[in-house]
Amino acid sequence: MQKDSQLNSGGVIVSKLEDLTNWARLSSIWPMGFGLACCAIEMMGSMASGYDLDRYGVIPRASPRLSDVMIVAGTVTYKMADRVRRLYEQMSEPRYVISMGSCANCGGPYWEHGYHVVKGVDKIIPVDVYVPGCPPRPEALIGGIIKLREKIDGESLIAPRLLINAMKEKV
Amino acid sequence: MDKFEDIKKILLSAFGEEIILGEDLNCTPKAILIKAHKIDVVCQELFQNKETYFDSLSCLTGIDNGLEKGTMEVVYNLYSIPFEVSLMLKVETDRMKPEIPSVASIWKTANWHEREAYDLLGIHFIGHPDLRRILMPADWEGHPLQKDYEEPLEYRGMETIRREDD
Amino acid sequence: MPEIQYKYHKDNLKKSEPNIYNKDNLRSEEMVINIGPQHPSTHGVLRLEVVTDGEIVVDVVPHLGYLHRCFEKHGESVPFNQVIPFVDRLDYVAAMNNEHAYAMGVERMLGIQDQIPKRVEYIRVLVAELNRIASHFVAVGTYGLDIGAVSPFLWLMRDREHILRMLEWVSGARMLYNYIWIGGLYYDLPVGFEERCTEFINYLKPKLVELDNVLINNKIFVDRTANIGVLDRNLAINFGVTGPMLRSTGLKFDLRKVDGYSVYPELDFNIPVGKGEMGQTGDCWDRTWVRVEECKESVKIIEQCLEKLKGDHKRTKEFDPRQIAPKKIRPKAQDLYVRSENPKGEIGFFFRADGRSDIAIRCKARSCCFSNLSILPELSKGYMIADLIAIVGSLDFVLGEVDR
Repeated sequence: MQKDSQLNSGGVIVSKLEDLTNWARLSSIWPMGFGLACCAIEMMGSMASGYDLDRYGVIPRASPRLSDVMIVAGTVTYKMADRVRRLYEQMSEPRYVISMGSCANCGGPYWEHGYHVVKGVDKIIPVDVYVPGCPPRPEALIGGIIKLREKIDGESLIAPRLLINAMKEKV
Repeated sequence: MDKFEDIKKILLSAFGEEIILGEDLNCTPKAILIKAHKIDVVCQELFQNKETYFDSLSCLTGIDNGLEKGTMEVVYNLYSIPFEVSLMLKVETDRMKPEIPSVASIWKTANWHEREAYDLLGIHFIGHPDLRRILMPADWEGHPLQKDYEEPLEYRGMETIRREDD
Repeated sequence: MPEIQYKYHKDNLKKSEPNIYNKDNLRSEEMVINIGPQHPSTHGVLRLEVVTDGEIVVDVVPHLGYLHRCFEKHGESVPFNQVIPFVDRLDYVAAMNNEHAYAMGVERMLGIQDQIPKRVEYIRVLVAELNRIASHFVAVGTYGLDIGAVSPFLWLMRDREHILRMLEWVSGARMLYNYIWIGGLYYDLPVGFEERCTEFINYLKPKLVELDNVLINNKIFVDRTANIGVLDRNLAINFGVTGPMLRSTGLKFDLRKVDGYSVYPELDFNIPVGKGEMGQTGDCWDRTWVRVEECKESVKIIEQCLEKLKGDHKRTKEFDPRQIAPKKIRPKAQDLYVRSENPKGEIGFFFRADGRSDIAIRCKARSCCFSNLSILPELSKGYMIADLIAIVGSLDFVLGEVDR
């Protein structure tokens, strides 16, 4: 919101519509905490008293239909892969995905001999922010959410995200 | 030491020499080797006999001995709460067509343990009420813990091996 | 951006985990409700297929395997001392207890279980009991959250943060420690740990009394959990149920007293047993009460360990916790079954070594939550759906251990 200006005689702020909608969206990210394994306990710990996520506007919601971001916390297995896809498709746009922990990023410690582990949740759904760690500290998850806020801040209303990506690829 | 000899005597007097194939004193707890198709009768006797009363089955393990030996084994770890005695029973069967009678009617915990042994190793338990896969997806091919298991190249389109540049 | 490789087909879900009940074996007044793998309760990815006649539950079929992470395959491919991080991730809220059982098993196979220094044993018991308190806090806190009580969850998480900070000071990680190594420990306790731990214990004692008043003796909690899900003792033993669930039915069976492993015979503590104060013996209230009482007993054990660590087995400059940890772990050919008391029950490891390599031939984890979960269909017949949630919460399972 750098291009705002405040008129001297009253309390009027001039801003772009994009910046206002982006600011509204990034201040109230409601995740559907998709806690699968050990990272789920750290996610619960970061939403509880010690590292309160409520001060960032983050309230965990149960259903995918009314949440903005899906935090995939834990190992995704082949049996679970179909369900992850179904839950992602139930979320409505604009939707984001945070991949938390090394198991969701790339398969984690189970990459070599794990026959039932998907080597990274980005084989199933498109991911926006990767948070490394095994399990990542609550501060790391908060850092991931802040990075997601920066990403939302740079979004544009003029063309949908997919079109922008498609145009970038062609160039 | 005494308890182990007593248990062997009880089993020998109830079933005779041909059921007990031997013993393995190197294990902890000590093990008795039993013939495969009579394991449920032996377990019933150990469960009901007032001097042994093995009322809990701690662990049921399936082991694949590999292509050279050509056998698969199942190891039962029993524990008796009133007498505080542990016992191990071992059963061997052929690797190509592994079949063992089920003990799920004696200890209900064996129901899920045998389903897991079937799922991961392919051992069939005769008389099991509901033998189907428990941990792997129902349309998975193969039994993962066998020694000659090869992973499928993809499942639902996803590659199973992580690429080098990932 | 990496490409998405998943191929969609409309029959994918039905093929990978089919329902047991379909329109052929259902009566006309029954219906199947799917409490799917993603749900707002905090127990993990468990799918329950619930067949109900109106509001009354007729049958529950648990579907597992959504977190099967191939622990046994790793146990067969990775050397003994490198399996410890995978053992951690089995029951991830009580990682020190899993490591303790595994390290005890391999030490017995090598024959060095009598040579472990006493200071190492006392430190192992200390961190295991701290982790027991942390695990019970997660269990009771999330159970209160399922029932509808939000404050005890936040208060218990705050107290659990203190424990995690102390364990991070000791081992370097908050939750999955890789601290108890075969033959010793990773590092000795840091300087000043005993004083901080004593402060924490004195801070915690009034909090446990407060927990009793706020949650356990609360009329709403009692009404919601007493006389629900009554567990019969013989059925429990037959189903392989162990731990606080078995002790709540009235049987005084705790592996720390029965087996007497590590330094537990030298410590003085009681074993709480369910008495049926608020309802019948073996109901959900009893199970939660046993867990809170176990926290109080763990506090006693920690105090005694701290005294010993400050007194008889003080830290010295020459003490090296990795002194007898062998460089190459190659046990002789044998089979071994070792078990120990996890906060949730009896965790056991079955090893088969062949004397020629430092990788196990077979390493099976006997998990307590697997057997505890198998009794759910028996416990919940005839209750209403809201009571089913109360029963599921009181079983206290962790899916990482059920699916391994």
